Amino acid sequence: MTPTDPTVLMDGADVRRAVDRMAHEVLEKLGGTRRFVLIGIQRRGVDLAGMISTAIAAAEGIEVATGTLDITFYRDDLMTVGPRPVVGETKLPPSGLDDMAVVLVDDVLYTGRTARAALNELMDWGRPARILLCVLVDRGDRELPIQPDIVGRALQVLANQRVDVLVPDIDGKLAVVLSAVEPG
Amino acid sequence: MTGSTAALGKDLIGLEPLSPDQIRVILDTAEPFKEITERRIKKLPVLRGKTIVNLFFEPSTRTRISFEFAEKRLSADTVNIGAAGSSVSKGETLVDTARNLEAMSIDMVVIRHWSAGAASFLAARIPSNVINAGDGAHEHPTQGLLDILTLRDHFGSLEGLRVCIVGDVLHSRVARSNIYGLVKLGARVGVCGPRTLLPARIEQLGVRVFARVEDAIRWADALNVLRLQLERMQDGFVPSLREYNRVFGITRPRLERAPKDLLIMHPGPMNRGVEIDSDVADGPHSVILQQVTNGVAVRMAVLYLLAGGAPHLAEAARDWTGA
Repeated sequence: MTPTDPTVLMDGADVRRAVDRMAHEVLEKLGGTRRFVLIGIQRRGVDLAGMISTAIAAAEGIEVATGTLDITFYRDDLMTVGPRPVVGETKLPPSGLDDMAVVLVDDVLYTGRTARAALNELMDWGRPARILLCVLVDRGDRELPIQPDIVGRALQVLANQRVDVLVPDIDGKLAVVLSAVEPG
Repeated sequence: MTGSTAALGKDLIGLEPLSPDQIRVILDTAEPFKEITERRIKKLPVLRGKTIVNLFFEPSTRTRISFEFAEKRLSADTVNIGAAGSSVSKGETLVDTARNLEAMSIDMVVIRHWSAGAASFLAARIPSNVINAGDGAHEHPTQGLLDILTLRDHFGSLEGLRVCIVGDVLHSRVARSNIYGLVKLGARVGVCGPRTLLPARIEQLGVRVFARVEDAIRWADALNVLRLQLERMQDGFVPSLREYNRVFGITRPRLERAPKDLLIMHPGPMNRGVEIDSDVADGPHSVILQQVTNGVAVRMAVLYLLAGGAPHLAEAARDWTGA
């Protein structure tokens, strides 16, 4: 699979504006509770959770607990794709998740299978009061009945196209790009 | 399949045939499994629906329980078969036992056998994944891996690290797996013990031989102290336990003369007062219990990697790394 001609759908400023709005939506939905945690799904969801946390701190001056989640061991395709050798860190607040509101953050929502795996994993760590799904890009084409609560941008994307979120720590810049996937 | 791919292939027979990258992949994969005990539900769904048979032809407590913990924490269904009380004691051959198990649709076999080569013999004859849990004096790969993981935890890197294996190297599969793995990862390995308990031409494995334990202690960063198998006494390899302790025992006075603190490992079960003294085994530099904890994580990693590890899938697994 070789992606060709990436088109920039959102540049760094667009992403920052979307993240600011998402941060305000998180506060709107959960600000009253104050007992919430932002959990980023490895790898780029972790960066986005950090950006949302920074935006919340800038807007309201509060520190929000953050965590990371690697869903590798909860995937449903181990037997078909084989094991994934590099597993990221799962690091949740030491106080646990019981009665916390959890904002699950990922970069792109597509089939819904990653979100399904993340939900199962969170349940093994505790019993959150509620879970919100927050994604920068919703590209549609779900294979499971899962919908996001907070969306940066919803896109219509063809099955032979891929959407990538680029973040500075991994990719050297902040953007959302669209590229064609050549068949085969 | 190239040497650098993630997949281990169908079986884990020993560390000798593995590439350094494959060993590193197992160690890296073990890391995330360490935190599983912190969860409320100490179970991952990785091997849900898989059946694993633990086929132990030799007595084992630690290894069998460690494998069973690893299997259960990955949600596999497990069946334990010991030599006593099974049809093995009625004279059934190894392959017949395994084929009968296959007929009941199993996915993996963990085998401990007194005969060197038993695991690879079995692996060549059944389609299930086979994991060697110790075959004669050949290899005990998961023990080697957990020892190496424990060393890496403490020293960060294995490159240039000096590890001395002390004791009955001749009969020890643990020693062999440690030597193969450590040498591949760039560590320097020494062995020390009575000449009767060191294999002839052991230097060919790339290890340094110490006749005196004091020299080994002065040289090493870490000691892996092997159990003196008491049945060796009858075979005349050592004159007496007390003499063994006096000449080769790891004692506090010996360690205090060393220029630095040495990390102390022991694969268990220990003969306190023979190869190792209690104040050393329970001392501040002993990581013997951490070895046990790491053992479960390493075995989970091996089970996980083998479960999806058909060689033709290695490519797909590698694509994922960048995703």
